[in-house]
Amino acid sequence: MKILVGYKRVVDYNVRIQVKPDGTGVVTDGVKLSANPFDDIALEEALRLREKGIAEEVVVVGIGPADLTAHLRNGLAMGANRAIHVVTGDAVQPLTAARVFQKLIEKEQPGLVILGKQAIDDDANQTGQMLAALWDRPQATFASKVEIANGKATVTREVDAGLEVIEAELPAVITTDLRLNEPRFIKLPDIMKAKSKPIDTIEFASLGVEANDHLKTTHYTAPAKRSKGVMVKDAAELVAALKQKGLL
Amino acid sequence: MSKILVIAEHLNGKLNSSTARAVSAAAAIKPDAIDVLVLADNVDAIASDAAKIEGVSRVLTIARAENAHPLAAVLAPQIAKAAAGYSHVFAPSTTFGKDVLPRVAALLGVAQVSDVMSVEGSHAFKRPIYAGNAIITVEADAGSTVVATIRTASWAAAASGTNNAPVEALSVDVTLPSHTRFVELQSGKSDRPDLQSANKVVSGGRGVGSKENFDIIYKFADKIGAAVGASRAAVDAGYVPSDLQVGQTGKIIAPELYMAIGISGAIQHLTGIKDAGTIVAINKDGEAPIFEIADIGLVGDLFKIIPELEAAIG
Repeated sequence: MKILVGYKRVVDYNVRIQVKPDGTGVVTDGVKLSANPFDDIALEEALRLREKGIAEEVVVVGIGPADLTAHLRNGLAMGANRAIHVVTGDAVQPLTAARVFQKLIEKEQPGLVILGKQAIDDDANQTGQMLAALWDRPQATFASKVEIANGKATVTREVDAGLEVIEAELPAVITTDLRLNEPRFIKLPDIMKAKSKPIDTIEFASLGVEANDHLKTTHYTAPAKRSKGVMVKDAAELVAALKQKGLL
Repeated sequence: MSKILVIAEHLNGKLNSSTARAVSAAAAIKPDAIDVLVLADNVDAIASDAAKIEGVSRVLTIARAENAHPLAAVLAPQIAKAAAGYSHVFAPSTTFGKDVLPRVAALLGVAQVSDVMSVEGSHAFKRPIYAGNAIITVEADAGSTVVATIRTASWAAAASGTNNAPVEALSVDVTLPSHTRFVELQSGKSDRPDLQSANKVVSGGRGVGSKENFDIIYKFADKIGAAVGASRAAVDAGYVPSDLQVGQTGKIIAPELYMAIGISGAIQHLTGIKDAGTIVAINKDGEAPIFEIADIGLVGDLFKIIPELEAAIG
């Protein structure tokens, strides 16, 4: 079985995001970029399935500008067999990303596609579900446990009410939640090895996917700040303050 | 002219209050009609709850055995069919809505607006990105159906009890897939208030130290009638189940009172509580980031402070 893994590059999760004063975007110049944390988890899960002998090949997919290559090399250093780089200088919205994956699936015929449940930049949480719809295959979102046997995935999902278990016939789309696994660290020899692994480059325009900004972002603002509060010295003062506000 | 279809969320035959919050967002558009769609195996009790929500024009029901559990692959094609004639399709941005609605959007060939915080016009909305560290205004295509999930913490539930909307059975001609099957829901049964809709929430973090120690949080929450939440660190450490997690990737909540106990306050956690009425922080580290957004802070040992609080409350 072949597994496709979405591997998006985003502003690192430790960066304090600043909105530009003119409201045209957030400051990204000189800001550290990293793999979307949920995508590292997706890649780790795919690698574990390969190590268990359930999958033979793990392919990381990135959509972005020419310099995305270095990021894809990280995915290869982590252990992916090869990478596919869909080259575009434009930001790609979830529906477009799902359509790109649909095109790649036609060619690659994977048994499983694993994506992060959301990217921590746009926080959209859509691409996996949209891909599953376009592909007309099962989706198992927010996965915290995945077992593959007899042509189906048994997936435990983190939902508001608790843990939901579903069965999905393969091929299927799985999106990862935080507790699915802890991604491995990249070791130096693996970085050297990754240099000889193949990256297929595909021009976005050649895929025949409509490049459409379905949603137009017209303005960015910083969130409303909560005003600085007060410190109390002990439990009695805290209880008094809460009683005064009518909260106790 | 706007006509909005709101997808009802429900569990164990009861309507979830997130539905009434999505109705509030729909009402902000001042549409000609707000219809609520209930997909279930037994729809009657859920539909009669939905019919009471103020602002609802009609409740539409699709009762099928396949709708017993909320499987996105099963529900989405029915919702996409039912969406014909509507300008907007809304669902709450809970794990239910997040799972099913993008699948509906893709079937309709349109984008989705995730986590609507405010309505700026019939096709313009504000939503958070970067864990709420930036807010964007987005405009959806005026010629397409608007598919959006509603950030429940930003919207009060529409009032219930005054309305008596008609309930109509809907039949949609669609073949449902059998490739996805529900196995089970493991749910921590609890008599405590529901975390997502509770007025008061007491949350514990890494500072609580162990699963056993978390009893002090449960006990205090029970004392003041609060729901229990937790930081990601506490969930990752195995102190509490994952459905208690509050934050960017857990639950986004807006209780009147939020008490963060032994929680340092990572950005990802603060994202989940920004809309709370009053935030109280109790932490032994006076430099913890949680104090930057707390309305009332108390520095000290939680194991000493909580019993003192209980004594002072009486």
